[in-house]
Amino acid sequence: MLRVDAEQCIGCGACEEQCAFGAIVVKDGCAVVGDSCTLCGSCVDVCEAEALHIEEGPGREAADLSAWQGIWVFAEFRHGQVAPVTYELLGVGRRLADQRGVPLSAVLPGSGVRGECDALIAAGADTVYLVDDPALVQYREDVYGRVLEELIRCYQPEVVLAGATAIGRSVIPQVATRLGAGLTADCTGLDIRPGDGTLLQTRPAFGGNIMATIECPDTRPQMATVRPKVMAPAEPDPDRSGEVVEVEIAPEHLSSRVEVLETVVSESEQVNIQEVEVLVAGGRGLEGEKGFALIRELAEELGGAVAASRAAVDAGWISYPHQVGQTGKTVCPKLYIACGISGAIQHAVGMQSAEVVVAINRDENAPIFNIATYGLVGDLFEVVPLLARKIQEMKK
Amino acid sequence: MELLVCIKQVPDAKDVRLDPRTNTLAREGVESIMNPFDRHALEEAVRLKEAHGGTVTALSMGPPQAEAVLREAIACGADRGVLVSDRAFAGADTWATSYTLARAIDTIGSFDLILCGKQAIDGDTAQVGPGLAARMNLPYVTCVQKTRDVVDGGIEVERMMDDGYDVVRLPLPALLTVVKDINEPRVPSLKGKMKARKADIPVLSAADIGAEEACIGLAGSPTRVVNVFSPEPRGDRKIFTGTAEEQVDQLIEHLRDFL
Ligand SMILES: Cc1cc2nc3c(=O)[nH]c(=O)nc-3n(C[C@H](O)[C@H](O)[C@H](O)COP(=O)(O)OP(=O)(O)OC[C@H]3O[C@@H](n4cnc5c(N)ncnc54)[C@H](O)[C@@H]3O)c2cc1C
Ligand SMILES: Nc1ncnc2c1ncn2[C@@H]1O[C@H](COP(=O)(O)O)[C@@H](O)[C@H]1O
Repeated sequence: MLRVDAEQCIGCGACEEQCAFGAIVVKDGCAVVGDSCTLCGSCVDVCEAEALHIEEGPGREAADLSAWQGIWVFAEFRHGQVAPVTYELLGVGRRLADQRGVPLSAVLPGSGVRGECDALIAAGADTVYLVDDPALVQYREDVYGRVLEELIRCYQPEVVLAGATAIGRSVIPQVATRLGAGLTADCTGLDIRPGDGTLLQTRPAFGGNIMATIECPDTRPQMATVRPKVMAPAEPDPDRSGEVVEVEIAPEHLSSRVEVLETVVSESEQVNIQEVEVLVAGGRGLEGEKGFALIRELAEELGGAVAASRAAVDAGWISYPHQVGQTGKTVCPKLYIACGISGAIQHAVGMQSAEVVVAINRDENAPIFNIATYGLVGDLFEVVPLLARKIQEMKK
Repeated sequence: MELLVCIKQVPDAKDVRLDPRTNTLAREGVESIMNPFDRHALEEAVRLKEAHGGTVTALSMGPPQAEAVLREAIACGADRGVLVSDRAFAGADTWATSYTLARAIDTIGSFDLILCGKQAIDGDTAQVGPGLAARMNLPYVTCVQKTRDVVDGGIEVERMMDDGYDVVRLPLPALLTVVKDINEPRVPSLKGKMKARKADIPVLSAADIGAEEACIGLAGSPTRVVNVFSPEPRGDRKIFTGTAEEQVDQLIEHLRDFL
């Protein structure tokens, strides 16, 4: 609860100014808190009269935090390979582990995955916890969740990182809930606070309009999912040595209520637009499938993949997994080329964290130019083929 | 089939910005809307009801004004709306939110299927659905792009993956989170709007749902937001001029690193 000390309050209105949610009004010279208060605390910080306090209820009991040690990375395995984000997690995990002076471990559940351990060690893991069982051949929420939960309870790592992929974002919240652990989704930055070793988790909120830093002061493990492609992958060192710990999971934890009847890998969706470095995206301006053929060519020249605005997906020119934006995917490639996309906010929130944004649009007032690094004003049917041709020439 | 949909009221994305000078959220004209993914969850529930009978309950946790999204849900085909609202819920993260929703659901009835949106667009966490399933010990599947069939006390769905989709069967009761592709939500009918206007929307407090103080609101939240700031602005921006060819040449000059 946010409490106002009426004796202290001087009615200056600084808190009313500050409150992003319009939850405070000054009435008769004293601040009054309304229902839209989210306890963000920003008013407390600006109050010079020190009249505002956030009162916490009984709260959770602080656990023995020192019992939890080490940094863990969930190694996601699907369709015969470890997801690339795993190596990015090992890269950042290594840095965090060294800062803390603790080991870095990878957890590898799957079936027939033993062969991957060496690569995980080469990428920085000191230990690989291997759970190799036929029951894990397909991803099923409940089984994967229980395996991770059991391992975490047993070995008590202080930090658990997973990729913010379809699987990571599905299984990790369940585990965090049962462990009573704090979980931050979709982090783009991770750091250790010197001193107490708290994990500082930075992530975009409100579609990237705001960045927030989040910590878990009283609970362990500190859990986070991390967006693919924002962290640099670890440089593999084949000479590194590490230990493989094979863990047996009790059979009752491996039974599932969920049955996977079929797995369909779609030809056009084999590239996950969240995991490529270059995206060429098309919108309504492409006018149809023919337009998409143009940007596909450009994407190929650049070694990238094709994405789209909702307008293009709704028109049926390309499938939904390619949609970028609020109701599609959030991407942050190194290079994003938007062709015939106006740059509506619902689209922008899905791509504005890209390192470099190029906009090609014939309307010089299109909002996409406000978020573009480089803007080309012109007809895309002229510009895109020209660009593809010149890049091809250059490569020769 | 007894269906329940979790619906969150969120600020409209286009309105939310930090004021670069003061580093506070600009609140001018921030409008609240129904979380877009929840609209698809609601539509799917209404379609399942139309096909298999039963009722649709819309549930929201939020401040008193969140009642608006529940009325909207009724206008779009829900049979009733329930609001859980209490000052003590303020500051809840996804852990405390899933706890509160689970307590509320236990209080209001028993359901064959619970539907959530894939994520809420204010926090984009996608954590409440799986968290709620964990608390209620329900089998669940996230990112459902299609419900295929309801047979023999189970439901068969397509779960969107990063590289295609899985066809998954799970027994009821269960929980699903849905993506936009699952359906095209209807617009409210006139009759629906009338019903929504007249509907009585019960409000449940922390005490009504028997929530433990240590598990709700800020006190029950393991995470703390310790800092908010604006993202780094993009470096120098350049809008090229000249003929198409001249512009392309300039771009290539700047993109050398990528080529
Ligand atoms: C709740 C909600 C959620 C949404 N979620 C998403 C989302 O996830 N992703 C998303 O993308 N959108 C989303 N939208 C839709 C969004 O508001 C826009 O409508 C959409 O992004 C527009 O797509 P567009 O830019 O391709 O089309 P338009 O806005 O029609 O823009 C087409 C652009 O192409 C340019 N153009 C046309 N012809 C040419 C040419 N020959 N050469 C060069 N330029 C040309 C035009 O100048 C124009 O700027 C959402 C909307 C709502 C309400
Ligand atoms: N306060 C809330 N009230 C009702 N449903 C919610 C609430 N918060 C989250 N949800 C549901 O959980 C989904 C995921 O939300 P989130 O984990 O916040 O991204 C939403 O799409 C809603 O269906």
